Amino acid sequence: MKLPLQFRHNGRDVALFVDGGTNLLTALREQLGDMTPKFGCEQGGCGACTVLIDGAAHLSCLTLAAAVEGRAVETLESLKDGPRLHPLQQAFMDRFAAQCGYCTPGMLMAAKALIDRNPTPSRAEVVEAISGNICRCTGYEAIIDAVLDAAQKPRARA
Amino acid sequence: MPLTLRTCATAAEASAALANERGARYLGGGTLVMRDVNEGDLSFSTLVRTSDRSLNRIETSGQRLLIGAGVTYAALLAERELAFLHPVARSIGGPAVRNMGTVGGNLFAPAPFGDLTTALLALDAIVLTQGGYNPREIAIEEFLAARERNASALVLAVSFARPAGPEAFRYRKVARVKPKGGSVLTIAAHLPTSGGRVTGARIAFGAMGATALRAKSAERALEGRPLDAAAISAAAAVALDGLAPVDDALASAWYRREVAGVHLRRVLSGEA
Repeated sequence: MKLPLQFRHNGRDVALFVDGGTNLLTALREQLGDMTPKFGCEQGGCGACTVLIDGAAHLSCLTLAAAVEGRAVETLESLKDGPRLHPLQQAFMDRFAAQCGYCTPGMLMAAKALIDRNPTPSRAEVVEAISGNICRCTGYEAIIDAVLDAAQKPRARA
Repeated sequence: MPLTLRTCATAAEASAALANERGARYLGGGTLVMRDVNEGDLSFSTLVRTSDRSLNRIETSGQRLLIGAGVTYAALLAERELAFLHPVARSIGGPAVRNMGTVGGNLFAPAPFGDLTTALLALDAIVLTQGGYNPREIAIEEFLAARERNASALVLAVSFARPAGPEAFRYRKVARVKPKGGSVLTIAAHLPTSGGRVTGARIAFGAMGATALRAKSAERALEGRPLDAAAISAAAAVALDGLAPVDDALASAWYRREVAGVHLRRVLSGEA
């Protein structure tokens, strides 16, 4: 039986029908067409599907879609502002923090969860914030530098 | 086959659904159950969840502390009265997992997971469950020994006495990946002393068997003795008694047996 579901997706109210066992990642990608959270392991081990639910980082592959009823879900798509990059995206470009790019959406959302709450994180806090996100290309240093850079900058928008 | 989802308003309703429906599985934070859902596990056909806020309560006013089964690791980290458990919660997952995973779910985490349960075993916790309409209190050791059977009841909360002092509770997780990684082994110890002698020691190992296990020979080796080099050596020498590690992707059973005593010695000596 399909269940009705309503939640806020990147500032927009959405309504859809989901199966009982559908995870949030599938609902976002296949039903709402938001391809920014990535399918990685589907086991909670890689962090590529990280989204913010009510501002806190969650793994969308392990979140039951029905569990976000009435809540606010933000994905990487929420960072876009026409041609303007979010300071985190700009810093990732400047620092060459994305190589294959598969982990990047999750890294950016994990980093956003951190700097929204703590605008001046230490290096150790950045390491901790992205500790659930696996990158197989960069060796992490470029990503950590990029997050620290972005946190230094005045925010283009909240 | 699509799963049926039952969202219950109260814990009592959820426990009745778990007891009465064939193939029902309780969904808490999702970090364990959703993995199985995503893999197409056919051993269950209904997910039961509850929006009952009573599962999110933390009570720290009395001598015994109580943590609701639905309390996440992040919520535990926000509670100052539970500071002694913060190193345990911080050693689990990344921030996203800590925002999702719950105290109740950790009781069911298969090895090498279940670090918090290892700590709760060292604290001699009581697990409060509700099977159908019958509330029950089960000692955590007994609960873990029959864990599969206990999955048909709903865990409501865990409770335990405050540790005897800041030095009395010790925790160490050995992982190959820093800062986040699965456990090679985890040790939690509660070492109350009376007149300079250990009394009522509890030592629990995680990832050294299917569930967290007590190292009872090591506990006995400390009993009634000051926590000195001789007592620590005696405990470390019998650390493996009753433990049954297995090979997994993180470490072999052989390696785990080799290092268990070494790490227990460090925990007991108070080494970082």
